[in-house]
Parts: sequence; C-alpha cells; structure tokens
Amino acid sequence: MGTKRKSSIVKKKKVRATGVRLLVGTRKGAFVLTSDGKRDQWEVSGPHFAGWEMYHLKGSPVDPNRVYASQTSGWFGQKIQRSNDGGKTWEPVGDKFAYEGVPGTHQWYDGTQHPWEFKRIWHLEPSLTDPDTVYAGAEDAALFRTIDGGRTWQELPGLRSAKGHLWQPGAGGMGLHTILLDPSNPKRIYIAISAAGVFRTDDVGETWRPMNSGLKSPYQLPDPDAEVGHCVHRITLHPSRPGVLFMQKHWDVMRSDNAAESWNEISGDLPTDFGFPIEVHAHEPETIYVVPIKSDSEHFPPDGKLRVYRSRSGGNEWEALTKGLPQRDCYVNVLRDSMAADSLDPCGIYFGTTGGQVYGSANAGNSWKAIVRDLPAVLSVEAQTFA
Amino acid sequence: MIRVVLPTHLRSLARVNGEVHFDVPDPVTVGSVLDALETAYPVLRGSIRDHVTRRRRPFVRYFACEQDLSLEPPETRLPEQVATGVEPFLIIGALAGG
Repeated sequence: MGTKRKSSIVKKKKVRATGVRLLVGTRKGAFVLTSDGKRDQWEVSGPHFAGWEMYHLKGSPVDPNRVYASQTSGWFGQKIQRSNDGGKTWEPVGDKFAYEGVPGTHQWYDGTQHPWEFKRIWHLEPSLTDPDTVYAGAEDAALFRTIDGGRTWQELPGLRSAKGHLWQPGAGGMGLHTILLDPSNPKRIYIAISAAGVFRTDDVGETWRPMNSGLKSPYQLPDPDAEVGHCVHRITLHPSRPGVLFMQKHWDVMRSDNAAESWNEISGDLPTDFGFPIEVHAHEPETIYVVPIKSDSEHFPPDGKLRVYRSRSGGNEWEALTKGLPQRDCYVNVLRDSMAADSLDPCGIYFGTTGGQVYGSANAGNSWKAIVRDLPAVLSVEAQTFA
Repeated sequence: MIRVVLPTHLRSLARVNGEVHFDVPDPVTVGSVLDALETAYPVLRGSIRDHVTRRRRPFVRYFACEQDLSLEPPETRLPEQVATGVEPFLIIGALAGG
C-alpha cells in the first residue's frame, strides 16, 4: 500500500542484528520508520492508507510482525487493518463495534443524558500472550476485545457500569485512550478515559472500579475530588513494577504506588504541569518523561521552546532535555499517544508532533534528532525493538 | 448491470480502480444496490451505512441522474437509466468545506 523511500543520509551498511521499528499514525495516513540498533539512519515507509486518520498502530508483543491499526474517517467510519509482516502489507479485519445490550446514556455538555454513539477506535492494545487477542478503546468510551485476530469484536460492558451515566466528553470527545495490561496479573487491566478518569478491573474486564482517589480538578469539576470525571490524558507503567503508575492529567503529573488505589502529585518543578504524553524509561522504572504544554487553552510549549522533561527520581525533580530540539518559535503539540520508548541499551525515546516531526533520542533523551520533519500531524507513535 | 462510482477513499479500501459493476435483480432500489455492493465488497460494510442502524452515514450522499437521493428511503426505485447501466449510481463523500 504505501511507497517506500530512504532518506538521503542512509548508506549501505551491514545489517545489524538489532533494530527498532516505529509505527506512526497521522491525520493523513500511517508511516513505518525502521532503523538498526544505532538508531541514526532511518528508512521511511508510507503513507499507508493515505488520506485516512490513523489513530493508532501497535504490534503484538509475542509476534511483533502482527500489527493492528485503527483507520478512521469522519466520512466513512471505522476500519481495522492487520499486518502479518510488520506493516509491509495489510488486510482489513472486522470493524463492527456494537455496544452490548441497550447502550444507555452518559452525561452530555448541557447536563442532559445522551445516548452512547460509536465514533472511532482511539487505541489498540494487543495481548501480552496471544497475538489474536487485542483490546480496543473506543469513543464514545467503551472497551472492546477480539480473540480471533480482529475478525469480531465484543464489548466488555461492565466498564460502562462503573458510573458511566456520569461520564462526560471533554472538548476532544469521550475517548478511551489508554489500556495497560498488568504483566504480573493477567486478570488486571487499567484503562483511562477523557473525561472520566482511571478504571481498573481485576477479573479480566467483568467488573470495574473508578481509581481516581487523590486526583484534584478544581477548575474542571464542581467537586474537585469527584469519583469520576477527571480529564486523565495518559497513564503508563513499567512492566517490572506494574503497581506503580504515572499519569499526565489535564493539569498535574501524578503517581500511584498502590495500583491506582490513590494518586499523589509529582509535578514538582515542571514549568507547567499541563501536557498529554507520559512515558517510562525501558530499564529505569523511576525515570519518566513528559512534554509540558503551556495551558489548556494554549496547546504549545512554553516560550516557543520544545522541551522534554525527564525525572530520574520518579517525579518532582525534573530536568529539561533540549539538545537537538527547537528552542525558538516552536508551537507544536505532542498528543497523548505520541511518545514511546524502545528497549535497547541505551534506551531510545521517540515522540511525534502535530507539526509532523518525529524526534528520536538514542541516549535516553540526552540529545534528539528529527527522524522525519514533514509528516501530517502525528497522532500516535509506538516503538518495537528487535534484539 | 449496475454501475457504481465510489469516492477515492472507498476505492482504495475496496482496492478497485474506476467504477464497480455488478448485477442487481429487479426492483433496483437504493437499498438493493447498496446491499449488492456490500456483498461484492464486504470491506465497505459500515463505511456507507452504519453497521448497526443500517442508516446512511451523515457525510455520505447518493446521487444519480443529477438527483440527490440521499434522503430517500432504501426502497426507493432508482431511475431506469441507472437500473439499465446507462448512468452510474454515485456514492459521494460530502463536501467538507473549509
């Protein structure tokens, strides 16, 4: 489906045993970026599905060449594509996402109840153990699962029973955007919804609990400590410590040390604690990354300087990472699913911008380089590592 | 034989170039043409009509013989020129504006 080209700096080199593949979703198609273990020279493939909004692509941890992609359009609806060769070729699979039973209603902007309406899939999360099992996060917020490689999808309706009638869309829609599978407990899943908050199941999705204790939203909710309604932008965890979670909220960077039972603020000395993505270093569970954005009404970096902030202490103390990033006249945003880490050593960190750049760091963020500069607005970045 | 013109995004989805052609038994209606199209190209299911409600997606329009048939019920018969393959049935992505 797309065209393939090489950047001018690519030279013929001996093929290395290690490598990284970035799966990049944009407003107008998908791109696959590949490099060897040095992560200095990149091959760009795409656009795949040119003209379609590619919300998210992700590969199976147990079969990295099995990649799932969310292809969506305001005109033509939702499609799911699957690749069995790492994104070289694709086949459409099932795309019928039907809410279970009577869909019911959620809170609408004017305070009335509004029926659940499927709009698109924001995020795909393949199982940690089975390449045919994938979870899909939808707008209007719901969790779906396939166990047949995407041919059919079933909702896990217990989630919407967790006070779903009180959930309300934010300006960007009511999307289920984060799905974290606990590698130490196959029955435990965390999800996050804008603007409802974090929820957890301990029975593979049958029942769910809101997990928002400690979140405070004084300018978004009449009750700042409400059980649901918080605009969580992204959560993440390190697989070696799945009970420790990190969150970038609408405002505030947060942390939980008890499997989301409670949250504590770790914004510390960040220049602003508004932002979208948050990511963890592949080998250092206390090293985390955020991209501060000026405010909810000004979605660009403060002072026109694109800075990733890194904390090596699990929060509160942050350092600006600027080498190789534009430090003047930069007014892009970095969306919630647009930051990823590889698992090479040193760890690679990547992020895409609404300006179409994908930046990469092969040294854990110490310095950065634009891998590509002129893609459509980037919606998501996932990294796959080949040892 | 019925001739159907698809918008660019649906042609790429169905992996076809130009018009698509297929037979539809009488009576040839908006609904029967769409049913036959989705049978011939299952990937288009859900992209023209909603999977669940089977209603036309809001930003999709149906044109034929310089008429807008988008708001007609599915059992509406198509013009004779369309039923006989003289004129195509057009599926259009609505104008985005901007």
